[in-house]
Amino acid sequence: MLAKRIIPCLDIDRGRVVKGVKFEDIQDAGDPVEVARKYDYQGADELVFLDITASHEDRPTLFHTVEQVAREIYIPLTVGGGVRSCADVRALLSAGADKVSINTAAVERPELVTEAGSRYGVQCIVVAIDAKRVNKKKEPLRWEVFTHGGRRATGLDAIEWAAKMVKYGAGELLVTSMDRDGTKAGYDNELLKAISDAVSVPLIASGGVGTLEHLYQGFSVGCADAVLAASIFHQGTHTVGEAKAYLENKGIRVRR
Amino acid sequence: MAAAIGVIDYGMGNLHSLGKALERVSSSTRVVISYDPEELLACDRIVLPGVGGVRECMNELRRLELNEMVVEAARTKPMLGICLGMQVMLEWSDENEGVPALGLFPGKVQRFPEPPADAPERLKVPHMGWNQVKQSRPHPIWAGVPDESWFYFVHSYYAKPVNPDHVLGTSEYTHEFAAAIARDNIVAFQFHPEKSQNLGMMLLANFSHWAP
Repeated sequence: MLAKRIIPCLDIDRGRVVKGVKFEDIQDAGDPVEVARKYDYQGADELVFLDITASHEDRPTLFHTVEQVAREIYIPLTVGGGVRSCADVRALLSAGADKVSINTAAVERPELVTEAGSRYGVQCIVVAIDAKRVNKKKEPLRWEVFTHGGRRATGLDAIEWAAKMVKYGAGELLVTSMDRDGTKAGYDNELLKAISDAVSVPLIASGGVGTLEHLYQGFSVGCADAVLAASIFHQGTHTVGEAKAYLENKGIRVRR
Repeated sequence: MAAAIGVIDYGMGNLHSLGKALERVSSSTRVVISYDPEELLACDRIVLPGVGGVRECMNELRRLELNEMVVEAARTKPMLGICLGMQVMLEWSDENEGVPALGLFPGKVQRFPEPPADAPERLKVPHMGWNQVKQSRPHPIWAGVPDESWFYFVHSYYAKPVNPDHVLGTSEYTHEFAAAIARDNIVAFQFHPEKSQNLGMMLLANFSHWAP
């Protein structure tokens, strides 16, 4: 049977891995090839690169980084950040990305997802959704989609948006809770479960992991198909192997 | 002249990692990524990769006059199909309202059933991620690869070969399906060896030496 996936996420700025809390206090955390190789060795099932380079002029640096990593690492690589057009998708795929994640541009023009999916295959189009709780206390739960790295509200309901994106041809969804991102308080499992129930494509949980138990809850409560984590791996709190041993012990099927 | 592996480039998807992986496992072999039928037929062995939809794949193969080259190579050379490249080796695919394919193996390609809403564990489509492959029978391509090893899959349709002898390996997803098929000088994987770490590399290395 299919294994649940563990995916370390690397923030990339001008060709270097960086770490910081919510885009602030950013520190250099190494060479992407070295970091990718380390996670590959630890048994990561996939890798996600999120390009946070501010200037679009630095785009060739990202392509170079993707090329270098793809030359050495033979597990699937998803690249996101600043993807605006089919040409951007193609450029990343030809640099060696296996999947491309689209966020803000999908909100601005949902047809981009359809076009990219029909041209390059829906399996390589990941739609990233940044969602935030907006209901008042005692109201039913409700989440809104945010874009531009979480700075801009869209008015879109996150569950409806997820279902729409799948209809438009998203092959996979990467759902980040903005309430939890950087808090180490665990995923927003209610958000994940609501989206998982609404769509038929695989769901990657993101935002808030602080412990291995959080990864487990992402699967058992949030019904995610894959869990994304950054700081628990980058800070050396846990290896991917430790995460898998923990999950396996709890009855989650992982690749060992 | 050095031996050469021809990778058929019909303009769909990412051949970068496949090309790099083949170069890595077969240092004495040239890897030729091409859409020129003559250049490909001059190679010793052929890889038919593929992502995307089957209709566009067949259209592009025909437009580039590659379909006859594939059928010709399938008669005479070691040939490897990957993912959609395996699916087009069957006679027919249900994808895109139904498309006739190359017919190198009797049988058809159909979609995984949608999960019932009340299923205890909903299996999503596409089947995406790492799954184990049970080896149905011995074959040189499996050399050094333990039974039930993990490989990376991403697909919504699966092949149903008519002849059970053509099934080389199976996986479980909603039900048992053919994850690898083979006959004579042809072998094909539904999963992506070029995305499947060391054991995927081993399959590609085995293919590069395979003398059927």
